[in-house]
Amino acid sequence: MNQIIYEMINDQAFPTPFCPGCGHGILMNAVLRAFAELEWDLKNTLFVSGIGCAAWIPSPHFKADTLHTLHGRAIAYATGAKLFNPGLKIMVISGDGDLSSIGGNHLIHAARRNMDMTVVCANNSIYGMTGGQVASTTPLGSLTTTTPKGNLERPFDLCRLAEAAGATFVARHPVATPIPLTRTLKKAITHKGFSFVEVLSPCPTQYGRRNAFRSAFEMIQGLKSTCVSVEKAKGMSDEELAGKVVVGEFVS
Amino acid sequence: MQYKKVKGPLAPGWYFMQGDEACAEGALAAGCRFYAGYPITPASEIMIRMVHRLPELGGAFIQMEDEIGSISAVIGAAWAGAKAMTATSGPGLSLMIEALGYAVITETPCLIVDVQRAGPSTGQATRPAQGDMMMVKWGAHGDNEIVALSPWSVQEMYDLTVKAFNFSERFRVPTFLLADEAVGHLRETLVIQEEVEVFDRVKIPGKPPFGTEEVNGVPSMPAFGEGANLLVTGSTHDPWGFRKTQDSVVQARLTERLIRKIRDFKSEVIETDSHLLEDAEIGVVAYGFTARAALAAVKTLRKQGVKAGLLRLVSIWPFADEAVAALGKRCRKIFVPEMNRGQIAGELAKFTPTPVIPLPKTNGEVIEPAEIVEGIRRNQ
Repeated sequence: MNQIIYEMINDQAFPTPFCPGCGHGILMNAVLRAFAELEWDLKNTLFVSGIGCAAWIPSPHFKADTLHTLHGRAIAYATGAKLFNPGLKIMVISGDGDLSSIGGNHLIHAARRNMDMTVVCANNSIYGMTGGQVASTTPLGSLTTTTPKGNLERPFDLCRLAEAAGATFVARHPVATPIPLTRTLKKAITHKGFSFVEVLSPCPTQYGRRNAFRSAFEMIQGLKSTCVSVEKAKGMSDEELAGKVVVGEFVS
Repeated sequence: MQYKKVKGPLAPGWYFMQGDEACAEGALAAGCRFYAGYPITPASEIMIRMVHRLPELGGAFIQMEDEIGSISAVIGAAWAGAKAMTATSGPGLSLMIEALGYAVITETPCLIVDVQRAGPSTGQATRPAQGDMMMVKWGAHGDNEIVALSPWSVQEMYDLTVKAFNFSERFRVPTFLLADEAVGHLRETLVIQEEVEVFDRVKIPGKPPFGTEEVNGVPSMPAFGEGANLLVTGSTHDPWGFRKTQDSVVQARLTERLIRKIRDFKSEVIETDSHLLEDAEIGVVAYGFTARAALAAVKTLRKQGVKAGLLRLVSIWPFADEAVAALGKRCRKIFVPEMNRGQIAGELAKFTPTPVIPLPKTNGEVIEPAEIVEGIRRNQ
């Protein structure tokens, strides 16, 4: 399996640009592992991304066609490519700011159209590449470079947003649990229609160090203790769920 | 050059057609098989024509959520192998400008039709203007070179759309059809010939998709799904598409080639049309719908004993600098009527010491021949 995955990567593109402790490397692994386990031929697979750290997961690391687009526009570019060549399998991999803030319009409309593509949103709750500014996904109260006294705005629940807009496969996992994440990515890839997978990925450099996480390890541990499976959450009260993040497959 | 003659989808003969519809037909004849757009007056008729015609020809159509989405889908489709286009007007074009720069740096062939309306901003949606002449050239950040053509008739809404597609494929560059509301909504005769000349993008397996050995070359363009492992990025990149965000040599080479691949071959694109210029002392330079009034004005002035002639700009960008310089040597004054406040008049003045006198009109109405005659008589 590792050899198959190795053949899916552009070795001349390494080392990756990601900071120590960044969750995007685990996500990169999970995506490639999902394709490898499905015995997928990447020749007909197009990876589209926007701007930001997560957009560099496929481009230039994946040995496949990659389209690194403008900030926020990945899904719209992907829509054009898919419509003209429906034989392409399309996966969009980008960040939370890219897909849900500047690109929010394309996200909801592609979901509404049930465009046949898989969108993987690497959510690190922050604008990482540009220096740690508040995002539409930053938790209330968090310290960022543009919320020095704490974030006053409520964050999006991206899965509920995608579901409400019409996505026909919706799931969320942290990179802290890569095995369920890979299993879900495989389902998303083979799903016919618009599949949306939100992946919680820690950013120790821009988010963690400003918000009392002493190390990348602590952030991974934090994700593990915060996330509750959708099955388990059903038996929990609102009080018990306060401060938790429900993960799993919501629409499938 | 890989020009070839093909039969268009419309039967040869005479048609009575609207300019916007003729543009759509020209696009289809050139091989356009993808359209993404967003409703906007006065360009929507192009989209309406395409939604009916593209499925008949095996093409794809989508109405996107906004103009940013439209141009993005066009670029995505172009890399999937399509000849692709969108059509819009000023406010929509403003939204597309960031992606225009992306199409320039990624060398993506595509056509953007701008049926110009009176601005700025929402302005007067149903009224003609020529206010975007400079915007298409200078709107995107960073240096860039694009191609823009300006039709003056329904026939040219068809013919120049074909040419604009050919130039986009030949140079791997976004091209513009700079129409205006008057020519877009005009109805007149359109003659469809047996065949049209088209150019298809060059694809040479194994060649780098983003660089050439020559400083002014146009690279090979594979499509997604062909096993080329394409790396398309709007960041500065080497010939194989790898991002080079700090390398000054790669940045210099890329920016120079993006300009020179067109500028060094501009004679292929530049097209002008001369009327009564042989002995002219008064030159008139006009383009688009305004050139119709300018031709009528020149003829009237001749009857009145004024030796006037018209240089019509068929191509706008790259600019017809040599034709303008030659006109300046021949004439003592050059008048430029245009539906803006002197955008092309200002460009002209760069290439000739002869006095250039703008005849601007921006009240949302077309320029009448009598206004040009009067403007020239007052200043001759």
